[in-house]
Amino acid sequence: MSLRNVGIVYKKELTEALRDRRTLIATIIVPLLMFPVLTIGFGGAMVSLLNKAEKETPKVMILGGEDSPRVVADLKKLEGLQFVDSTPDWKDRIVNKEVGAAVQIPEAFEIDLAKQKLDTVRIYNYKNEIKSELAANHVEKALKKYGENIVKERLAARDLAVSVLNPFEIKQENVAPPEKVGGAAIGGFLGYFVILLCFQGAMHPAIDLTAGEKERGTMETILSSPISRMHLVLGKFFLVLTAALVTAALSVTSMAVSFWGSQKFHAFDTGNASDAGSVQLHISVGAIFSVFLMALPLAVMFSAALLTIALFAKTHKEAQSYITPLIFVVIIPAIAAMLPGVELTPKFALIPILNVSLLFKDLVAGTYHWNSIAIIFGSTCLYAAVALFLAIKMFQRESVLFRS
Amino acid sequence: MIDARGLSKRFQDKKRGEIRAVDNVSFTCQPGKIYGLLGANGAGKTTTLRMLATILEPTDGTAVVCGHDVIEQPEKVRANVGFLSTATALYPRLTSQEMVEYFGRLNGLDEATLKKRLDDIFNRLDMNGFRDRRCDKLSTGMKQKTSIARTLVHNPPVMIFDEPTNGLDIMTARTITAFIRECRDQGKTVIFSTHIMSEVEKLCDIIGIIHDGKLLTEGTLPQLRQKFAEQDLEEIFVKVVAPHYVLAEAH
Repeated sequence: MSLRNVGIVYKKELTEALRDRRTLIATIIVPLLMFPVLTIGFGGAMVSLLNKAEKETPKVMILGGEDSPRVVADLKKLEGLQFVDSTPDWKDRIVNKEVGAAVQIPEAFEIDLAKQKLDTVRIYNYKNEIKSELAANHVEKALKKYGENIVKERLAARDLAVSVLNPFEIKQENVAPPEKVGGAAIGGFLGYFVILLCFQGAMHPAIDLTAGEKERGTMETILSSPISRMHLVLGKFFLVLTAALVTAALSVTSMAVSFWGSQKFHAFDTGNASDAGSVQLHISVGAIFSVFLMALPLAVMFSAALLTIALFAKTHKEAQSYITPLIFVVIIPAIAAMLPGVELTPKFALIPILNVSLLFKDLVAGTYHWNSIAIIFGSTCLYAAVALFLAIKMFQRESVLFRS
Repeated sequence: MIDARGLSKRFQDKKRGEIRAVDNVSFTCQPGKIYGLLGANGAGKTTTLRMLATILEPTDGTAVVCGHDVIEQPEKVRANVGFLSTATALYPRLTSQEMVEYFGRLNGLDEATLKKRLDDIFNRLDMNGFRDRRCDKLSTGMKQKTSIARTLVHNPPVMIFDEPTNGLDIMTARTITAFIRECRDQGKTVIFSTHIMSEVEKLCDIIGIIHDGKLLTEGTLPQLRQKFAEQDLEEIFVKVVAPHYVLAEAH
């Protein structure tokens, strides 16, 4: 096999790709900008919205309670809540988001409390509406505290200690090393993006180099040159593979920098980055390297499969309509691997995409099951070889090259 | 030299069933001569020429181009052929020079030879003014010149032109016809297809009339005039093709 011709085609395709604005945007600009924009923009917006909702004093209405002035007065003393006069249309006002929540004080509540008779205090809210839920939670917390105080008073009246009610305390403590905790939290996420961006990076060049050539009328030109069709498809394939890997590499780099940046920012913000409760995002260089090694056969499979499918199309648009639904075929197994509890099993090790995605989770957490790694690498290489074989065969079919 | 022996090409069409695009076509093109394949749209000209250029593989029969069989040694055939058609476009994001260089390299030229060939062709076709301009920024005439340079870069002994002047303005078309003549004068074997009678009359040494995939008649222009007792090529063409039209209608 003459590698010279494959190299000539690759070099020419690279020259053209570097001059194509659409390829540059998809391969370089999008992966570089996506994560900073996501973390800073989206994350920042989320944080500020939450902060705003938390800081905004929720309006609460007290319904009833005329015969329980002490309870009402105690409730109204609560900080962080703004009490408004009750109106008969309180339900509508909650639904219209004018009032966050309403508390229904039962009739003769204070008398019942004194008699130690059990009553129900109802809090009305607008379910899944963030401000209303915050208000309701706030009121509930306050009422619980109020209840606890009453319990303490009653216990004290009977000369009993609080431990009568709480014989012991419960506390959860993490023993897994930080990289494993971080790995479990973001391993699936990282794998998902590497897989998706490998696919996305390969998509545009695969279409441009096949259906795009047909549409521009250069397919017949290149087929009239002495290069064999196998060398031609290999040259094109290597360019698509390069784009897939560059996209994935740039996005992982940009993701790492964004996380690092946001953690730094967060550390300044709260002053306690090593807080035991916060997730430590430690990923070793070795883990990233192994993720890329495992992504390689997957990128080969994507590149070859995309070339095969796009070649069948006559135009850029037609190719896009074939490939767009395929994104779901890639996303679904990648997302499935992110679900908690989905772990690598021998059966899953043979399912393309899902297997690599699950393995990424282990790799990032620093767990190396060599048997599964061998099976997954081997099977993905096999799928990749089949896809490449199909791409080469497809390039030899006149009915595909000259489809009319 | 081109020697087509019973060339045939059948396609499968879902709606129309089997289509015989080219049906048992045989002819010979000699070096230093222009063979003109004359036929209406859909007659089978493009398919015939694509088979000679090994872009398509014959279903039956074969052709020998410069001593190489189109089925057995397609890559060797392509190395000896320059193929130009209105469908052979240029890579928009390459410059005129890069386009020609690419095809020179694919034809196995070493860098020194390639540079010499390039300078020679660019001077001869007066292309130095737009050498470094991207193909998508070239005028139609410049594009045609680049295409010509692309077919010539490896100095092939056989030239195949598929409706090369289709859709071009008069001045650009004249560049092409002048180029075709030049190829013949250099002793190259030239075959070209067209449906324009005047082009055939002006250029061709031998004319083959093709219709419905079959080569109905061939000969020099004087031979055809004598055979059909007509002076005008268009009248000759109609006389040859008309009976088959009637047959097709009846069918």
